Amino acid sequence: MAQTLIEVRDAVVTGATTASNVCAEYLDRIAAVDGTLHAFNHVMRERALKRAAAIDRSRAGDDPRPLLGVPIAVKDNLCTRGVPTTASSRILEHFVPPYDATAVSRLEAAGAIVLGKTNCDEFAMGSSNENSAFGPVGNPWDPTRSPGGSSGGSAAAVAARLAPGALGSDTGGSIRQPAALCGVVGLKPTYGRVSRYGLLAFASSLDQVGPLTLTVRDAALLLEVVAGPDPFDSTAADAKVPSYTETLDGDLRGVRLGVPAALLEAGVDPEVERVFGATVDAFRAAGATVSDVALPHAHCAIPTYYLIANAEASSNLARYDGVRYTNRAKLDAPSATLMTMYNRTRSEGFGAEVKRRIMLGTYALSAGYYDAYYLKAQQVRTLIRRDYDQVLDNVNAVLLPTSPVPAFTLGEKVDDPLQMYLLDIFTVSANLAGLPAISFPAGFTQGGLPVGAQLVGRAFDEPGILRIADGYERITNWWKKAPVV
Amino acid sequence: MEFEPVIGLEIHAQLLTQTKIFCGCSTSFGAPANTQGCPVCLGLPGALPVLNRAAVELGLRAAVALGCRVESTSIFARKNYFYPDLPKGYQISQYELPLATGGHLTLPDSDIDIGITRIHLEEDAGKSVHEGYLDSDRKTYLDFNRSGVPLIEIVTEPDMRSSADAKAFFVALREILVALAVNDGNMEEGSLRCDANVSIRPDGQSALGVKAEVKNLNSFRFLERALDHEIARQHEVLSSGGRVIQETRLWDAGADRTAAMRSKEEAPDYRYFPEPDLPPLRITEAWVDEVRRSVPELPAATRDRLRAKYGLTRDQAEQVTQIRPGLAPYFEELVEASAPARAAINWTLGELTRKLNDEQTDEVGVIRERISPESLSRLIVLVERGTISGTVAKDVFEKMYVEGESAEAIVERDGLAQIDDANALSGTVREVLSQHADAVEQYRSGKRGALGFLVGQVMKATQGKANPKVVDKLLREAIDG
Repeated sequence: MAQTLIEVRDAVVTGATTASNVCAEYLDRIAAVDGTLHAFNHVMRERALKRAAAIDRSRAGDDPRPLLGVPIAVKDNLCTRGVPTTASSRILEHFVPPYDATAVSRLEAAGAIVLGKTNCDEFAMGSSNENSAFGPVGNPWDPTRSPGGSSGGSAAAVAARLAPGALGSDTGGSIRQPAALCGVVGLKPTYGRVSRYGLLAFASSLDQVGPLTLTVRDAALLLEVVAGPDPFDSTAADAKVPSYTETLDGDLRGVRLGVPAALLEAGVDPEVERVFGATVDAFRAAGATVSDVALPHAHCAIPTYYLIANAEASSNLARYDGVRYTNRAKLDAPSATLMTMYNRTRSEGFGAEVKRRIMLGTYALSAGYYDAYYLKAQQVRTLIRRDYDQVLDNVNAVLLPTSPVPAFTLGEKVDDPLQMYLLDIFTVSANLAGLPAISFPAGFTQGGLPVGAQLVGRAFDEPGILRIADGYERITNWWKKAPVV
Repeated sequence: MEFEPVIGLEIHAQLLTQTKIFCGCSTSFGAPANTQGCPVCLGLPGALPVLNRAAVELGLRAAVALGCRVESTSIFARKNYFYPDLPKGYQISQYELPLATGGHLTLPDSDIDIGITRIHLEEDAGKSVHEGYLDSDRKTYLDFNRSGVPLIEIVTEPDMRSSADAKAFFVALREILVALAVNDGNMEEGSLRCDANVSIRPDGQSALGVKAEVKNLNSFRFLERALDHEIARQHEVLSSGGRVIQETRLWDAGADRTAAMRSKEEAPDYRYFPEPDLPPLRITEAWVDEVRRSVPELPAATRDRLRAKYGLTRDQAEQVTQIRPGLAPYFEELVEASAPARAAINWTLGELTRKLNDEQTDEVGVIRERISPESLSRLIVLVERGTISGTVAKDVFEKMYVEGESAEAIVERDGLAQIDDANALSGTVREVLSQHADAVEQYRSGKRGALGFLVGQVMKATQGKANPKVVDKLLREAIDG
């Protein structure tokens, strides 16, 4: 059976199957297993089947669309016209956007079929998917464990073969960490590579939309489709989009990788450490050189990230005020003041983690604290970016684990926000520096949980990190092992 | 003790762009509520701003005309506060690095120079509608048509020392913005709004007193009255041994007073930070130069020039440059096309202005497209030469406007040329004399004014075509013998 995105596409293109059949198969599989996983907030069954039928009817013999008939799952923080878009928040429970995110309209223009909207941490804030107002996602490898977050639904959907590909968003690791915990590929592009138009903003200077797939090649293709300049996003880069799939030649000889050994001493699960060691060995064996590199400010990345991200979030989430499209709290007294309406609406509509971050961010921007917190964080951000620029002058990419731990049990860390924040230690720097980073399956723990490794490359060098990750994947083929759901 | 008032103004001017500052929605005023919106200006989730270059261009025009230094890089910032008509929960404005800084405006007919601290770009909010609906006692309605309309905020130095200074500044600034086609000057519709910072200090003291910000001064009269009241209020507080507190006050035109709105302690913390959705705004020297070349002569300079060149009085120069920016150029073209300046200004401020009033427009182009200055100058010349009378000329002007014909063609066609020939007029003169023997009698008995009546009767009988000078002479000859 076709599994990867490219296999599915080719099966439709060659006529081995139809878009309608493919779509129905995935929808049936979702119907069968998603009751357990809860990867989807909303399945677009009828809309997807209608679109698939339309593709089957209209397609010419040599339809060149790169995702012809490929079903894709889309994180529920990307706007889909006429389809609920909630960001897994109670406050947006009934929001139906009148427009598509640019990434979504590019998918559809490429012949893809959006299957549904995937569950995530509320407003993409979290690393476990437990902050969803609609309940957590189960990890396909062990549904009592977290799939990671915030794009947990997208990662779980791809791992469980509920969709051959998915879109997620990554502000501090939200694509890569769940990809690692679910054993799939997740790519956070260079800041500005993919339009953010229609992505519900969490932290505008850090957010990027990116693909989650089974293979690196699939990720390359999906990125190729969604990347590029956009007149509706002033921060989208003008840079031309290269053909990411063309550069994948499997050759790792001469590739120079840097491992920030000092950072890894911060505390990595022994099983993750073992798998990562084996990954380094595999790269060496394939002809790559691996050296130690220094990222002297990496230990500041978490506080820096949480200051900037929360500050921006406090402003970005102000629009959810109960005035227009958000759920408004029911007010008992007709004489209730405007302030009561705001307070009640936002107290009831936002979950605990979102409220925590809004308060922290508001504080960081307040008069008298701005210089000490927000401004200082921006200065450290510059230092972190500089560290990476210097290291990447000498190596093709930085190699490090994606997450310090494999999938953890649901409920295990959710009451300790600080512990949860520390899980982002290896991922947030790429966002702060605006650099592309890819997480790919690197093996399994002895308990059978997937472990991911990560490559961080130079700005706009997606071709470089995709090529290296693809080279590794050809040797190991970890993706072929599927969870039993 | 004598006190000196110190006043600075903050003026918000809507820019005359076709579309909003961060999206493609129309900016036109008066459309039905909530018909000019899109995901961007309604603050829908995921929507992003994209800067309208036309708004920057108009901001630059104002900056250049006010002698400001245009910053090569300026930064948009978010001003965060909650209000129902502010859809994103923040206003995109400029804070630390504005579009332009350090300009000035000299008050007309004085040497008082008012410094311009800064000009920055920002978006307008929507409008809360508190009245006009059946359930307005219980509900506030929101209209987002205005949300995202581009504004410039012009902040002055505290350089004004009286309400008259402040008014003169606001009048002069409005005139400049209108002349530049940056703003329509319409204070009633709120496209030009003014807040004032005012404090007083003992004469001779250089340190500033504690200021109050007075908001909602949306006419020249309100600005002047509100400042007078506020200055008097502060004077009273200080004279009675009290202390002025820093606060925001609202001008209540109905009650004719200012009222406290919030104190400094209650002032919101706007938590400004750089807008991450917009890259820094870079403005090249070449762009500024281009704008500089396109900025027209400002009204004050035009007035000086018109007075010197054409001998206009101060009043005439003011009238021809105020309100209707197209009038002065039309006047100058009349003169260029051979109309004498004195007659040209009378026509411009007389018939042309009357016609524009009738048509209820300030667009001189409405006349220009039917009667060119060249064409009107030929009509004026006909009067100057005595071919037609001033009275007839007004009718000809009307016909030119309606029919689009030339003055000569109308005069020829309708036989309107003045009758100078004594023989041609003598019959009519005789007739009038015989019909109005009583008037003749009055004239003979010394009532000289009766002659004017008789001239008028002849003019009437000839439909205004008779040359009044010839008629006058014929009448005298006939009566006096």
